[in-house]
Amino acid sequence: METWRDLERDLEDMREYYRHGKTKEASWRKSQLKGLLTLLKEKEGDIFKALKQDLGKHHVEAFRDEIGTLTKTVNTALESLKDWMSSKTAKLPRIALQTSAEIVPEPLGLVLIISSWNFPFGLSLEPMIGALAAGNTVVLKPSELAPACASLLANAISTYLDNKAVKVIQGGPSVGEQLLQQRWDKIFFTGSAHVGRIVMSAAVKHLTPVTLELGGKCPAVLDSLSSSWDMKVELMKNIIKEMFGENPKESHSIARIINKQHLLRLKNLLKDPHVDASIVYGGSVDEDNLFIEPTILVDPPLQAAIMTDEVFGPLLPIITLEKIEDSVQFINSRPKALAIYCFTKNKTLQRMMISETSSGSVTFNDTIIQYAADTLPFGGVGESGFGRYHGKFSFDTFSHEKAITRRSFLTDLWFRFPPWNNYKLQLLESAFNYDYLGLVLVILGLKRHRQRSAGI
Amino acid sequence: MVSVEKEMKVFDLEAASSMVKELRDEFLSGKTRSYEWRVTQLKNIIKMSEDREQDIVKALHSDLGKPEFESSIYEISMLKNACTLAIKKLKQWMKPEKVKTSLTSFPSSAEIVSEPLGVVLVISPWNYPFLLSIEPVVGAIAAGNAVVLKPSEIAPATSSLLAKLVGEYLDNSLIRVVEGAVAETSALLEQKWDKIFYTGNSRIGRIVMAAAAKHLTPVLLELGGKCPAVVDSSTNLKVAARRIVAGKWGCNNGQTCVAVDYILTTKDVALKLVDALKHELEGFYGKNQLESKDRSRIVNSNHFARLTKLLDEDKVSGKIVHGGERDKANLKIAPTILLDVPRDSLIMNEEIFGPLLPIFTVEKVENSFDVINSGTKPLAAYLFSDNKKLKEQFVMAVSAGGLLINDTIIHLTVDALPFGGVQESGMGAYHGKFSFDAFSHKKAVLYRSFAGDAPVRYPPYTNGKLKFMKALMSGSILGVICALFGWSKN
Repeated sequence: METWRDLERDLEDMREYYRHGKTKEASWRKSQLKGLLTLLKEKEGDIFKALKQDLGKHHVEAFRDEIGTLTKTVNTALESLKDWMSSKTAKLPRIALQTSAEIVPEPLGLVLIISSWNFPFGLSLEPMIGALAAGNTVVLKPSELAPACASLLANAISTYLDNKAVKVIQGGPSVGEQLLQQRWDKIFFTGSAHVGRIVMSAAVKHLTPVTLELGGKCPAVLDSLSSSWDMKVELMKNIIKEMFGENPKESHSIARIINKQHLLRLKNLLKDPHVDASIVYGGSVDEDNLFIEPTILVDPPLQAAIMTDEVFGPLLPIITLEKIEDSVQFINSRPKALAIYCFTKNKTLQRMMISETSSGSVTFNDTIIQYAADTLPFGGVGESGFGRYHGKFSFDTFSHEKAITRRSFLTDLWFRFPPWNNYKLQLLESAFNYDYLGLVLVILGLKRHRQRSAGI
Repeated sequence: MVSVEKEMKVFDLEAASSMVKELRDEFLSGKTRSYEWRVTQLKNIIKMSEDREQDIVKALHSDLGKPEFESSIYEISMLKNACTLAIKKLKQWMKPEKVKTSLTSFPSSAEIVSEPLGVVLVISPWNYPFLLSIEPVVGAIAAGNAVVLKPSEIAPATSSLLAKLVGEYLDNSLIRVVEGAVAETSALLEQKWDKIFYTGNSRIGRIVMAAAAKHLTPVLLELGGKCPAVVDSSTNLKVAARRIVAGKWGCNNGQTCVAVDYILTTKDVALKLVDALKHELEGFYGKNQLESKDRSRIVNSNHFARLTKLLDEDKVSGKIVHGGERDKANLKIAPTILLDVPRDSLIMNEEIFGPLLPIFTVEKVENSFDVINSGTKPLAAYLFSDNKKLKEQFVMAVSAGGLLINDTIIHLTVDALPFGGVQESGMGAYHGKFSFDAFSHKKAVLYRSFAGDAPVRYPPYTNGKLKFMKALMSGSILGVICALFGWSKN
């Protein structure tokens, strides 16, 4: 347990280490990324165990969603690092004689990553990969609601990465509060909108830029395709049985609810008699084993909490509409979500979805998979957050794009300088319009400027 | 004498809230989505700037004593350029960007679609009240947003002219100006915006960000800082001096966020530099520099008092080597140079934003970088040098919004470069396409086909599926084949 003074001293040490410039070197960044790769390989078994313990997550799911995607991300970062770190030339107009301009990415400095409990490795390390690739020193605060994972992260990171530059600080809300009081060069937060507001408010003190990856109610719009909705519900029931067997609780392929508090929250969503009446499948809750079976509801009341709050659990309400196009209005009358899914072959509906709704992302004919696409920015808009990451976007999110312009002494647009007169004004106007012919004409005295009153 | 006045309604929370609702409803009607609407507004901004150039110049002169030429070039021409570029490139900017997809989502196609954020608020400062009001608005419009502009009350003639011009030339159902001071700004900040763009000082920047946090509104803050100019002995002092004078007194009399705030140099160069500066100052402003009409005045008596306080501090008395004269009635301070000011003087610790130029001397020119880094990161940093190694060191060691070598200010005019700060000098950037991006949400769109559904993704989970997935993630075709046949690659 760190005391306030210890924390401040540790952070100052990390800033000092950053100032020495080690983390800016490409070789250091590569070594950290390779360290993560080794961590993921060697600690795979322990990671599976920790996820099983905290979330009841099956190890294949853990691989698919956490280790596998992280490995892919580290490999992409290693391959692309040189390119990401390189400066980009900025094109200049011809009048900028003997001038060159470029954009150089530089690390922000000391960054804070706060991650959530649902993908405790993925959501901790995915941003960290970007932060390290960008040359920053990093403090990670993993969620205390997944304690085995948090503790494994702390141990593993101190073993595989540079301790002077990367630290894991464990703890609950009070530790989080302490950390938010410190001065950071960036805060990357994944979690709820409620805590997101707290994080951004705390960041005001030091004008720290933040990225907030929040949530929301992500809808899946299901077009009629080939069957009616009740046939689709039957289909879903069958698929659930296929995936999880007759008794999902016995199947090890389905995760548990994280803790009692969330289980009760979810149980409460079903309490309303009208909501309860709309359950067509599942609905059983095993409090002792933190298990809720896959549950489908059809047309629960729209004002019920299950339709106003983010579910974040195994309950799936289905809302039926007259026309599928009505889903656009339905979605737009609610806060913007992190993702919209739409299952349709109808190109018009697809276009409507993209241009008439707003969300972090839109995925057609699948779910979740956009998370694995490195070339797509992953982030929210409105209530679902702001900022983005994945692939190069992670690198950029933890970088400052520094603009660098170099001039020569030899050439000067002499008409830049006072004392002012109309002649210089004409030249400047032509220059600003990149009107090279105009410039020449003015110099040759062949262009008359429209009259200006100098009645000042 | 009959004065006709419209009944002034107080712009309070209710007024602000209903205005935002109106704009949001209009935005949701989809009007701003069209290329035509956006281009029409941008063209009208150019028309407005050309038709009413004289009114704008007059207003700027009234508010700041700004010379016509600075107004025409640094405000109006720069704004027109921003519009022209946006009009030229808008189609391109609006097009979705196709991106590659990988084996993990095969088969699929993907693109990034730029969409407007919605209803945005632009709060602008008093020093370039025309340019810094309309340039962000240009970005907001290009990106298809509805926008409210709140210009600074410290430049009242320009604020009122902007309200009039926007009312006459632009689409009022989606673009509005709200004039006022603290009360009106607070009412605006209470509302839920899709983005807030603020140019000004870091104290108000914090207030803006805190208000935005309540609604999870992203912000772009263009703040300031002490922008240093390092002068090396290898430099051409005459040209350097000329460019420094242009980048200080020639830009709104030093009241510019990227003006040269102070100079860092070695003792031997300092004296020669002072002479060169004096020479250039006389060339620019003649012998009576205090009263010269070619410089803006100090904006108001508050700032005049603030600046004279910096000059009158005991620590810097006796350090003035040029200028120092003031004319309180006309809010004028002569171009003033101070030499060898102490590190802990007020003038070396506050952003000056005025016509005072302190020179701080260091033992070796490389020590300048430590001095710069010991303060907060500025919006810009300048270096005058011919020494290749020093230039590279400067670029590596100094962190600022932007760096410019061998000149001042002009990097702002390069619209291919992002203009913005870092840390205390701000967050976010704009100019050129960066303006369009600043007011857009980049929406990721992924199209999957119904064919090619890989059962390995789905439960029940088995080790065979795990092997296949590992191979798939690693992108190794051989691995995938092996896994398909149930062989291990090891």
